[in-house]
Order: sequence, then C-alpha cells, then structure tokens
Amino acid sequence: MAELKSFFVDTTECIACRGCQMACKQWNQRAAEKTYSRGSHQNPPDLSYNMWKLVRFSEVAANKYYFFPDQCRHCLEPPCKMTAESLGSKAITKESTTGAVLFSPKIKVKAADFKKIREACPWNIPRWNEKSEIMAKCTMCFDRVKEGLLPACVKACPTKAMNFGDRSKMLDMARNREKELKPMYPKAQALNIDFHQTIFFVVDDPQKYHKFAAAMNTAEITRMAAIKSLIRPLLNFAHFVG
Amino acid sequence: MTNQWTDIGQSDCVLIFGSNAAENHPIAMKWALRAKEKGGKIIHIDPRFTRTSALADIHASLRSGTDIAFLGGLINYLLEKDLIFKDYVLNYTNAPFIVSEKFDFKDGLFSGYNPEKRAYDKSSWAFEKDEKGNPKKDVTLQNPRCVYNLMKKFYSRYTTDMVSDITGTPKEDLIKVYEAYSTTGKPDKVGTILYSMGWTQHTIGTQIIRAGSIVQLLLGNIGMAGGGVNALRGEGNVQGSTDAALLFHILPGYLPAPNASHDSLGKYNEVFTPKTADPMSVNWWSNRPKYITSFLKSMFGENAKKENDFGYTWIPKLDVGQNASWLFLFDEMHKGKFSGLICLGMNPACSSPNAGKAREALSKLDWMVNMDIFESETSNFWKGPGMNPKKVKTEIFLLPASVSVEKEGSITNSGRVLQWRYKAQDPIGETKTDGQIIHELYVRIKGLYEKEGGYFPEPIVKLKWDYAKDGKVDFHAVAKEVNGYFLEDIAEHPVDKKAYKKGTLVPSFVFLLPDGRTSCGNWIYSGSYTEAGNMMARRDKSDPAGIGLFTKWAWSWPVNRRIIYNRASVDLKGNPWDAKRTVIKWEIGPDGKGKWVGDVPDGPAPPMGLEGGKYPFIMKPEGVAFIFGPGLADGPFPEHYEPLECPIEKNLLSAQRINPTVIIFKGDLDKYTTCDPKYPFVITTFRVTEHWQTGLMSRYQPWLLEAEPQIFLELSEELANLRGIKNGDLVLVSSPRGKVEAHAMVTKRLKPFKVAGQTIHLIGLPWCYGWLVPKDGGESANLLTPTIGDANTLIPEYKVFLANVEKLPEKKPVKPEEKKGR
Repeated sequence: MAELKSFFVDTTECIACRGCQMACKQWNQRAAEKTYSRGSHQNPPDLSYNMWKLVRFSEVAANKYYFFPDQCRHCLEPPCKMTAESLGSKAITKESTTGAVLFSPKIKVKAADFKKIREACPWNIPRWNEKSEIMAKCTMCFDRVKEGLLPACVKACPTKAMNFGDRSKMLDMARNREKELKPMYPKAQALNIDFHQTIFFVVDDPQKYHKFAAAMNTAEITRMAAIKSLIRPLLNFAHFVG
Repeated sequence: MTNQWTDIGQSDCVLIFGSNAAENHPIAMKWALRAKEKGGKIIHIDPRFTRTSALADIHASLRSGTDIAFLGGLINYLLEKDLIFKDYVLNYTNAPFIVSEKFDFKDGLFSGYNPEKRAYDKSSWAFEKDEKGNPKKDVTLQNPRCVYNLMKKFYSRYTTDMVSDITGTPKEDLIKVYEAYSTTGKPDKVGTILYSMGWTQHTIGTQIIRAGSIVQLLLGNIGMAGGGVNALRGEGNVQGSTDAALLFHILPGYLPAPNASHDSLGKYNEVFTPKTADPMSVNWWSNRPKYITSFLKSMFGENAKKENDFGYTWIPKLDVGQNASWLFLFDEMHKGKFSGLICLGMNPACSSPNAGKAREALSKLDWMVNMDIFESETSNFWKGPGMNPKKVKTEIFLLPASVSVEKEGSITNSGRVLQWRYKAQDPIGETKTDGQIIHELYVRIKGLYEKEGGYFPEPIVKLKWDYAKDGKVDFHAVAKEVNGYFLEDIAEHPVDKKAYKKGTLVPSFVFLLPDGRTSCGNWIYSGSYTEAGNMMARRDKSDPAGIGLFTKWAWSWPVNRRIIYNRASVDLKGNPWDAKRTVIKWEIGPDGKGKWVGDVPDGPAPPMGLEGGKYPFIMKPEGVAFIFGPGLADGPFPEHYEPLECPIEKNLLSAQRINPTVIIFKGDLDKYTTCDPKYPFVITTFRVTEHWQTGLMSRYQPWLLEAEPQIFLELSEELANLRGIKNGDLVLVSSPRGKVEAHAMVTKRLKPFKVAGQTIHLIGLPWCYGWLVPKDGGESANLLTPTIGDANTLIPEYKVFLANVEKLPEKKPVKPEEKKGR
C-alpha cells in the first residue's frame, strides 16, 4: 500500500493572503455566503457547509498578529467516522490510499446525529446543511490528488505555508521546522502530530491562534481509537481546549 | 526595480518601507521569506501593523508622511557613526564633488526660491567645474563644500530625538531599525529596499525615494545581488505601460516629450542629448538621437524622411511649461475644457483624488467612451449618488473589452522582465482586445480624415500601421515593431563591421542608427524579439550563477540585464565586493584579455580602475550616482516637509510647513484644512489583498467579496474609546471634501502617536469600494482625498490627510438608490 498523504501547514510562513481560501472555493465550486464587515478581516466568520478552508485572524497583541488557515485534519483514526458508524451511518469514509476522510455528498444525516458527529471532532470541523441534511468539509482535494495534482489550497499558496505530500516527508518537515525555531520560540510545536494528517506548526500557545487549533486531551482520542466499539461522543470537547 | 523579484531572496536585510507587501504583493513577500529562511532579516516600517508586519523581524510605526524624517535620521546615523561603505561612496557617487559657493540652505528653503512661482531657480545648485567642464572633486572629502560634507551638515539636524518627535516612532524602535539596517554597509552584507504607494503618494514622494536611494548608496547596496531600490508596482503591467509612455512627459523608452519650443529634431537632440568631456564616462544618453530617429521611423515608416525631420513635427508637443498629469486633466475637465474622454480600463470616479470633483468633471464632457470588462462607477457616473441623470449631458459609449486571459501579448513586471502571454480562449461574445479596439478605431478615424480632410491630418494619416492581417491585429507584428528593424541593407555596421539585411530585426538597441536606416518603437525593449526568436517567450528556469538571476527566463530590459548598475557591484579592478553573490566579474582569459562574466554588464568596457575603464553609472554624464541631485523641483537633498493636511501647527525642522514647490489647486471643490479641530485625525488610504485597485474587477467576484464585503475603518482601541465606538459599529468618516460611511474595525494594530508632545490618532480606510456594486459595499474612500500631488510627479497625496470620525446610529449603509436626486 502506498504511503498516506499529509498536509504540513507552517503558520510562520502564512501571510493570510487567503489564496488557499479562494482556491478551495473555486476548485470545489462552493457558493459564496452573504457576509458583512464586522470588525475583523476573518470573513466569513467560521467554517460552514460551503466554507471548507478558512484563514483565521487573531490579534493577540499590538505586535502579535497570528494567522491560521483552518481545515479538516484528516485524522488517522477519525472520531467523526467512528461516531457516524456507531450511529449506523455510512456517511463518513476514510479513503485507503491517501487517508482522506470523506463526507458523502449523497448520504443524509439527521440533525441529532450530525450534532454528535460534530461534537466528536476535537477540531470542530464537520458542517451540515439543514435543508439537504448533507454534511460537508475539506476533501483533501481527493479528486485532484488521485490524478497526481496538489490540493487546490496548496497549489495556490505563494509562500511555503501550505505543503502536501507523503506523510513521512511532511512529518520530517514539521520536525525540522520545530528544531530550527525552538531556540527562538520556546513554544514552537507541531500540533497533534500523531493523530492526524494535517499538521499545523505554530510558535506560540495554539489557543492564541484559534480556540480549536489543537486538541489538548489527546489521551482521550487515543483511548477512543483503542476502544472503537465503545463510542461515546466527546461531549463538549471545547472545554478541554477553551 | 533595479533588481528582480527573485533577487529579494538573496538579501541579508529586506527593508519594506512604504509598502504592505504581504497584502498587496504576496509574491514579493514570498521572496522576502526566502531571504528570512537563509538568515536574513525583514524590517517593516508602516503606520499600521499589517500582515506584512506580522511576518517581519522588526516593525516600527511612523506617522504617515514622515518618511523623509525617518530616513534622514538613518542617513545621519550612518554618517555620525561612520557606518558607510567608504570605497563605494568615494568612487561610485558624487560625494566628493564640490558644490557651487552660491548653494545654500536656510530654514527649510534651498537657495534660489521664488515664493510667487513656488519654484526654484536651480542655477546655484550646480557643481564647480574644472577647465574641461568636468565637476571638481575632493577625494579627501576635506572641502566643506563637497557633497559629503554638505550632506553631513544637512542631516545633522535629523537627530534621533528630533526624528522621534516628528515621526512619533519611539526612539528605541528607531535605533533598533537603524542598527539592523546599517549592518548592510559591509561589502559582503547587502540590504534591499522594497517600496510602493506608501512612498510615492505624498507631496514629497519623489524625495522619499531619493532619501531611500541615498541610504542604499551610502551602504553600497546598489548594483548588488540582494540590494537595490525596488518599487513594487501595483498592477501586472504598470511597468510596461510606463515604459511605453503612458505618461504625458515622456515618449516610449523614457525619451522626453518635446514641447513647443523644441521646434525641430535638431533642436530636440541639442536640448536632450547630454554631453561630457570626461573620457571615462559612457554617458549613455549621448545615444538619444539614434533612439528618437528610430522611434519616428517606427511611427511613420516611409513617410519619415530626412527632409521632413523624420516626421518629428507630427508628434504632439506640450505647451512650454505645461503639466498634463492627471490632476490637471481633471481640473481642466472640470472647467469644461474637454469635449470627450476615452477611458481605457480605468475608474476615475473611484480612483481620482477628490473623487467628487472627478465625478462632476465627467458631467462636463460631451461624450465619454469606456473600454472595460464591467460597468463601473465611471461609466455609470450619471446615475450615481448626487447626480441627476436628466441634467447630465455626457453621452456614454461602453465598449466591452476582453479580459487578460483572452489576449496574447507581453506584460512587463516590476523587475523589468517582459513575459509573453498566450491566449487561453477567444474573447467571449462581442468583446474585443484593447489592441483590436484601438486598431478599429484608428482605421475609422483615418478613413474620416482621408474622406473629409480636417485640421492637421498628418499625424493620423501618415502613421505606419500595418499590424493587422484580415482586420485582426497580430501582436507579434506589434512586438517586432517595438524591437525594431533594419530598414536598409547595411554592408558594414559601424558597431560590429558586419552586414545586416533590410527587413531583419535588430539584435539590440546598440545597433540603432541616427540616420533613418533603423526603426524601433521603444529602444529599451530592443532585443526582446530578434531574428533568434521571441525572447519574451523563453521559459528556461536554469540559474547557473545560483543567485536567482534566471537569465534565460523571458527577457528583461535593458539587453536582458537582470540587475542594473551592476558595474557598481565590483571594486575598481572588477572583483566582486561580495564574492558569494557575484553578479559580474572581470576575468582575464588565456589570451591575456579581460572580459566580464556573469550578468549582462552595464557596458563592455573594463572596470573603472583598469586601463580604458569606465565609470559604473552609465546613464549619468558624470558616470556616478547622485547623492546631491540638482535636477528635482524641490531640492538637491530630500528635506522633510509636512503633508498638505497635517495635525501639527509647524514643521519641527523649519519654518516651511509644507513642500514649498507643491502646486496648490484653487478651485471651489479643492478644499483643504490643517490643524483643524473639525478634522483632528490623520487618515491614510490603502488596498487589501482581496480587491483589485478600485475593486471593479473583484467586487463582482462573490468569493472575494465574501472575504472583504464592505468598507471598513481601521482605528485604535484608544481612539475607539475616545469616540465611544465599538468594533463593527457604523461610523461616518468626513474630510473637507466629502463623507464616507464605514464599519469600524477597532484594532490593537494601530496605536496613537506621540508627536511633538501631542497625541495624534491615525485611522485607515481602504479605497477599493464604490456605490455601484455591491449595493451595500460602501463608497470610494477617494471622496475624502485632497487634490494635491507630489512636487515632481503630481502623484496624488492619497496616503495622508485629515479627517473626522463619528459614530452613526446602527443601520445598514444607505443604498445609492435612496440617495438619488439629493
């Protein structure tokens, strides 16, 4: 079996140009939302059924302005998938060659079930359309990747913030970057590196970038993965990280 | 740019000053980050802490419009601490030149000022000359009137305390920046300056750039890999449009536009061809007659003959002393002096300063032709806010233009690289390329002149115009015409003694002749399309030098030189100052003869320290770079003056509050204020990544609009508290010219300035919105900006003026329809 793919997202290289956000919209042909100027450059305000890649802006201090190009983490053992399965739904699959976690664009999910699936995700990714009862999120541009192309967001990135490739290579990049920047930034770290395939690299407390940047209680995820059959959605996971 | 986009990655220190590169030039930021990866530093100087500052190692904020004070302080720091690159300054600049005894500077005014004309008699700014007519020098730098000592005295006033008081930059931040950047004065350390509209859009814009250039010369950073003074141009082909003479004061290739007093080609050549008596000076502009004659041959073909001055009388002449820049055009239009306007891909109803005046000016026209891809606030001005369509006489013609991917041709990027682009698809519907529209317009206008005659038809009917095949413009034919042809068989060319055939393309501008035997549409582009093929279409990514020159990728002007002034990157014997980033090098071959290797040098002559050697700055008759620059309107040294509208009563450096040579417009709508309690805040305008210029191309795009949907006002938490404004609140921003509603963006990224003991608040507004689309997007920030421009270029002072801000009751911004008929 070929090696799984991964993203490496280096926030120290991100200039928040939102090229990734636009490229995602364009390739995946997601409709625009009606938005308003609301006192932040972060717009739309959050991920949604049509918003799979969102650059989050965080004004931490007068001289600290952090950017976090948020997206699905494509977990190695996805809690959303386990939850869906425990609810008897086949709406979530994990593609075996790339490891992409995919939401079915056809299989409907009831509101209550979706709530459980969303709560199971420590990174607050799953979104759902009330009218069609269909879930949606980042697909790893699986349709591009299987043709040997880079995901649209990676292709569009003008800097070295968005990277994609074989998992071992991305892990090396993350570890090297950590080694390189640790002396200058003691909090430099790759987030939840063992759990998923979208490895974010930050140089400060992850929560300063985004409330759901990192799952703090990773033991919980491990435990969950170990006892797949005994799924209990991670109710209100937010309080672990918030 | 003196250098290239790719070259930024070579730098030890990237000083981004007057530019928000990350937001407006993401690709520049890519290369700045490459420099950082290699251990280089990024410094960002900007009133606001932006996405660029977020990635920089050092950010320092300054009050908008005080850039010369900041840079003057740096010049003073370098001179006081003697951190300059001495060998470079002594040999490659005019630092040792001796200035006339008549030159003086007192309390903000240079010698020769005439207050009525608001202009200088520059005769006292001259250099002393020896018996041959060459400037006198003192290489020991002892003479008190040598440029070095005059400069040292001049900038001694720019102490860090004084600078901090003017700029509002904390003193420790100033010193941090000065310390970091001055490290690039070592021969093997190189710093680059990236600037854009933050430097140009001021009443002192040209002098800000000169101040930056002086810093680069003192540190020996010009001509070097990873160095230079680099303008990040705001539009993909704006460098190309400047090269092709979009501006009123030049012909293609920066040949001066003639005025009525230059009444023959002989007179033109006499006035505009500089002379030198110094055998070590290349004085490249001595070639001017070759370029102007070849240009005229290109314009008028067979009709251009020696007997008729090659058609020189047919090219337009300015009136003596006429300034035909944008502000004057719209001022004249507002006075009803124009009957018609052809507006190509421009949106003056939103982009003009004092846009309310510009919109009113459009209503004084009989007709206007708009060539654009969408309807705009300009094409639809007659039904815009405050307009009564019944009373607007202007007849509007809208010609749908095709978009960039529907046409073939070249674009020239900031780094002077001409890249050939291919058409991805045919123009949709009835749209046509700009070139095709102009061609069809020309053919019809020519037909009318031929049929009906008319006053002075020659410029139109005598034009050489053979670019179309079956009615369709062939852009390769245009590109070849721009490159230039041999028009006759040449048995033995004076340059290389070789034979050239009539009808073949000239290899480069070196082969152009002053006698009508060659043609060339734009001499600096000569060499871009030769008998070897379309050089602009080359796509070879090899970089043998390993310093990001990419000499086989497309083609750069002049003669594919990637770093201009590169003769200054070596010592007097031709050895690189910085051997790890060799741009060019003088090498002695096995035959004992020397030659340059590396980038295309600024001329083949040996380095100036060897026999037959030439000075490095070949465009200057004196052969060296000018620290003391006697050519500009406002003085030979950059001096700080306050913006037209400023919040403090006096310039802390002198009795001259504003640039004494700036042109003041006095129409009813040209209102100004200063130190006005009604407009207490400094305001600056800017662009965002998501919108393109006035936003006309991007405001129709739902995904971009989703990211930046409506106009917003950036203000500090301190000012928000003062005015009771919360994040997201609707506010009214007003200036003496107009009012704009916006949503407040209260941010930590702006901080009040301490200026001369006063607290000064600075606010910022993007200018990418307009009333037409989207309906709730808001209006153009340019309704607020003043009618004033730089003393040399007339580039409007968009970057700083005064405004007030007040909270409005919560509601959706007023829709334009509701404003109609006010």
